[in-house]
Amino acid sequence: MMTNKLFKNKEPLFHVVKRTDIPSWKAWLFRGGAILFGILIICLLLLIMKGANPFVVFGELFNGCFGSSRRTWLTFRQTALLLTVGLALIPAFKMKFWNLGANGQILIGALVSIMCMFYMGKAGVNDAVIIIVMIPLSILAGAIWAVIPAIFKAYFDTNESLFTLMMNYIAEGLVAVFLSAAVTSGSGTLDIQQAGNLPRLGNDHLLTIIVSIVLLVVMFIYLKYHKHGYELEVVGESQNTAKYVGINVKKVVIRTLILSGAICGLVGLLLAGAIDHTISTTTANNMGFTAIMVAWLAKFNPFLMVGTSFIITFLGRGMSQVQTRFDITNDSISDIAIGLVYFAIIAVEFFVSYKVVFRKKAPHIEVKEQNNLVTETKEDK
Amino acid sequence: MKKQLLVLASAICLTGAAGASLVSCNNDSRVQVGLIALHDENSTYDKNFIDAFKAAAEAKGVKAVIKTGVPEGTECYEAAADLADQGCKFVFADSFGHEDYMIKAAKEFKDVQFSHGTGTKAHTENLSNYHNAFASIYEGRYIAGVAAGLKLKSMIEANPNTSHKLGYVGAYTYAEVISGYTAYYLGAKSIVDDVTMEVQFTGSWYDEASEKDAAKKLIANGCSVISQHADSWGAPNACEEAGVPNITYNGSTESNCPNTYVISSKINWQPYFEDCFDKILNGGTIATDYTGSLGDTLYVGSVVNTTLGAKAAVSGTEAKLNEVHAALKNGTLKVFDTSKFAVDGKTVTSYLADVNTDAEFKGDTEVIKTVNGVSYFAESEFRSAPYFDLKIDGISLLNTKF
Repeated sequence: MMTNKLFKNKEPLFHVVKRTDIPSWKAWLFRGGAILFGILIICLLLLIMKGANPFVVFGELFNGCFGSSRRTWLTFRQTALLLTVGLALIPAFKMKFWNLGANGQILIGALVSIMCMFYMGKAGVNDAVIIIVMIPLSILAGAIWAVIPAIFKAYFDTNESLFTLMMNYIAEGLVAVFLSAAVTSGSGTLDIQQAGNLPRLGNDHLLTIIVSIVLLVVMFIYLKYHKHGYELEVVGESQNTAKYVGINVKKVVIRTLILSGAICGLVGLLLAGAIDHTISTTTANNMGFTAIMVAWLAKFNPFLMVGTSFIITFLGRGMSQVQTRFDITNDSISDIAIGLVYFAIIAVEFFVSYKVVFRKKAPHIEVKEQNNLVTETKEDK
Repeated sequence: MKKQLLVLASAICLTGAAGASLVSCNNDSRVQVGLIALHDENSTYDKNFIDAFKAAAEAKGVKAVIKTGVPEGTECYEAAADLADQGCKFVFADSFGHEDYMIKAAKEFKDVQFSHGTGTKAHTENLSNYHNAFASIYEGRYIAGVAAGLKLKSMIEANPNTSHKLGYVGAYTYAEVISGYTAYYLGAKSIVDDVTMEVQFTGSWYDEASEKDAAKKLIANGCSVISQHADSWGAPNACEEAGVPNITYNGSTESNCPNTYVISSKINWQPYFEDCFDKILNGGTIATDYTGSLGDTLYVGSVVNTTLGAKAAVSGTEAKLNEVHAALKNGTLKVFDTSKFAVDGKTVTSYLADVNTDAEFKGDTEVIKTVNGVSYFAESEFRSAPYFDLKIDGISLLNTKF
């Protein structure tokens, strides 16, 4: 045991203590505060750079998302899309299978949809037939794109992160090949496809939103109440435990990735058939990566993901309006601003899990004894 | 203490409301005009539009609303519709792939004028509120080519071993690019008759790394002067590093490349935008298919050249360029004079160009004209966007996959 004197001299200015009992409302207060803090930094940044009134910046963030009915619909649709990709990722992530290939899975689903629309439309096939064919095919394509790395992971224990990442580039390459075959004008962009468009439910956005809500509920039930949901969680925690209790690990990995890829394929179908009616190598709009943040920030909870995908959409759309309002024609500024908010959101998780304790001036004897236990190991070396 | 949560939530709502009210009582009564740009000002191509749009808006007292980084997809339609929602009376998009989405928006918002730079469909689409615009940039390229020829000539005089070969970095094997490099080549050929040219394509309008690589490859192949039709700093920087003269596009690169910058040609969009804004403010019809042209001097008008590089340009260049400019302007000199080039060793006497964009992608208009005894390929006369796509002798394409 150290003497009290020595202990006093060596106590650092502050140290970090793990929180065990933080109430959830307080955790959410922290997180909300972090977003506000991030937005405050944005305001400060713009105030310095552009002399922008912080209240106007704040208002424009909302204006960009909800300023007109079109903007509101687009905000909801984009949130829904991001949420759906997040829903595709969580079963794999819960299993600790790091699927970084959602972009490719979306793209391949979109590619198959567009090929149906393009070639069958050219051949004069009835719209209803095209739709009936393209729905299962694009979902299947997404599933295949995810199951290939899954099979290799299950049977040969290959690294799934690298494998899925590589599959993204292959999908992009295939889209480029299709475009060079289908586009004869030399511009590299495929015309808006008129054939085989998915039915509009009132407007261009509602179908996507409904699909995401249905999937949200289904995924929640699947993960929480279905045996599969339990099995994949066990596989994620410990493969040996899974084997011991008689879970077929290979089967679970493959089955889960089929599900993950199929949902991504569905997103591709929505993008191609209901939203864009065309395709480019950037059709997936990097949602496959953005959704990783959606999933992690929500701790893989489907319902919390509604909030995280909304925040990310809100920032993107809001900042683009702020940029337009203040005549900023350099996109890096809003990229930096959004990055700062993300940073604040991610950094706050530290303060949710740990608390920083500062050295007290004249430590009370009881406090000292308590802290002794914490700092002891450090002093012993 | 969930109270704190409530306090936080209400604070956000109040600030939002305060901000929103400030946003809404924005009492700027100027007429609004919108610009949709593919990239932001870091792309020389988009910067050229953004600067002209801002300057024209300033000059005409209208409010410019600019959206940057809008991809060539549904996002373009959404941006155009949003600008129309906000009350813009005129919306312009700057990239070729934006066209279909602008047409879609034009059909929906009948009382807003939509215009699209580099597009090809306005003259066949029959929409009263949809327009195309371009400029006879091939004339500017030709003038830049003359400057390249003069530079090459002086290099040959200084060192007889200098190769008589030019290098060109192109984006796509598309008429706009072909028209540009052919005009440039013919300009250089008017000075150095036995000049040849190699063209390397990148398959992208903006890809700094591959543009730089393409320029390096051309330099390694022994090209004496490099030019490019792509939007990044890739090629100019590669030339500066290698000390090879560079003829640039869309604006001077002298600030970063003082030793190798010779001249640049560019489309100045300001006259077109000012014309459109005038018509929006005072009534009048915007041309369905507008072709900007050379101005009174090299440096004014819709097609302009930038000031010659202080170090790299040869003395006496400006006088020669003024002479060429005057001849192009009064019509005595035609860039695509068929007696000045050959295709597979033969003079072109008749050519059907694909002027009307349809599913066919076949030639539909005879474009070889004879005026005052001079036969020439009538570029930009049947529609504003270029359609010259002949592969003439003397130019070799290193890759054509794009």
